Amino acid sequence: MWLNKDIVSIGDFSKEEILEVLERSENMVSYAKTGHPEKPLRDKIVATLFFEPSTRTRLSFESAAMRMGAGILGFGALESTSVVKGETLIDTVRIVESYSDVIVIRHPMEGAARLASEFAQVPVINAGDGAGQHPTQTLLDLFTIKRELGKLDNICVGIMGDLKYGRTVHSLSKALSLFKIDLHLISPETLKMPKHILKDISTKIKVQEHEDLEEIVQDLDVLYVTRIQKERFPDPEEYKKVAGSYYLKTSHLQKAKKSLIIMHPLPRVDEIPVEIDNYPQARYFKQAAYGVPVRMAILDLILRGE
Amino acid sequence: MEKEKTLKIEKIKKGTVIDHIPVGRALKVLKILNIEGDIGQTVSIAIHVKSQKLGLKDVIKIEERILDSSELNKIALIAGGATISIVEDYDIVNKFEVEIPNEFSGIIKCSNPKCITNSNERVKSRFVTVSKKPLILKCHYCEREMEGEEIEENII
Repeated sequence: MWLNKDIVSIGDFSKEEILEVLERSENMVSYAKTGHPEKPLRDKIVATLFFEPSTRTRLSFESAAMRMGAGILGFGALESTSVVKGETLIDTVRIVESYSDVIVIRHPMEGAARLASEFAQVPVINAGDGAGQHPTQTLLDLFTIKRELGKLDNICVGIMGDLKYGRTVHSLSKALSLFKIDLHLISPETLKMPKHILKDISTKIKVQEHEDLEEIVQDLDVLYVTRIQKERFPDPEEYKKVAGSYYLKTSHLQKAKKSLIIMHPLPRVDEIPVEIDNYPQARYFKQAAYGVPVRMAILDLILRGE
Repeated sequence: MEKEKTLKIEKIKKGTVIDHIPVGRALKVLKILNIEGDIGQTVSIAIHVKSQKLGLKDVIKIEERILDSSELNKIALIAGGATISIVEDYDIVNKFEVEIPNEFSGIIKCSNPKCITNSNERVKSRFVTVSKKPLILKCHYCEREMEGEEIEENII
């Protein structure tokens, strides 16, 4: 079932499949530090096609591949590739598939990974396509919640920031709607969750929208913070005013549950001040670290089917 | 056929009758069929016609032309419920309602400018019908959903 499966969109996963990935990831946590002793992917080659810059995603995929014993094939700057000569994605994928056992792709155009998966004989993993899907991020977000809280059901999750353009929050909300979750969406009016996503998740779980974190912070088990980007606002003054209202403050934490976990897909700018890094609730660096075991589990599942 | 008596336009000898077009949509149907100016055949259009089924409807009769499946799918997208009658020698030889396919490709383009189907890749657009009433289509590639006027504006 898993062997050679493409990982393109979180929407392609059933709840059972998500839970299976999370369970496998749990087994990989200790190996993420030491390397898997059996090097089960030692005969495999992972190609990383990053048509867009990325730090965490690329490095954690490469780290995951190495920890499993696999070789890595990739290009550095786009300038050194035939993409600048006008080669199409389809042609690039057809060539790279003959050099590798799995293709990990990040591309600025939405739907690029789906297209690549239709032409590649080897499995394709979407590592982010523009503002579209980024399924392994969602899986590591879910893994963080499950591991840090001990459960994914009967919890109260708040997602704050740019809910309109943020791809991670769209996929995460859809995935959360498979579980028994009370979801609170906290954003300025102009950056609310798109209606079609809201409609979709509201049929499955209880969702409430807020403009102020103060209204709900005391009830949350998870607070997922995202960055509000400057370029969404034509007026820099307006940006400062709006974004400032969605910065997390230490005063929020005084009201919050002690067991609250704070997450962020990173990179963060000002929305979480550095002094919060020392609070026990801050889990965003752990979250980034979990990218490795989750991606180790995914590579193992699709390359060996186990 | 008795309903034809109430129409103000003549029966055709050979061609296609598009009936039960939601009222006011006939010109849009003509547009997607690329019928403008003199196409060398008789085209009759009736707008705001009384209908037992719809209250009011539009009707188009095109002589000497049989629509292909891509044209029928386009009509389904903008004039759901329209019926097609194929006429030969003044007789209807086939009659059916246009139906929105559950999946289709190439008829409309994705409204998302960042969608891979709007790049230089050699790939046709492809959509999945999420809901027929109201009509909501989802791009197979970028997963963006389209509805209402957005769909009409993007018919190829």
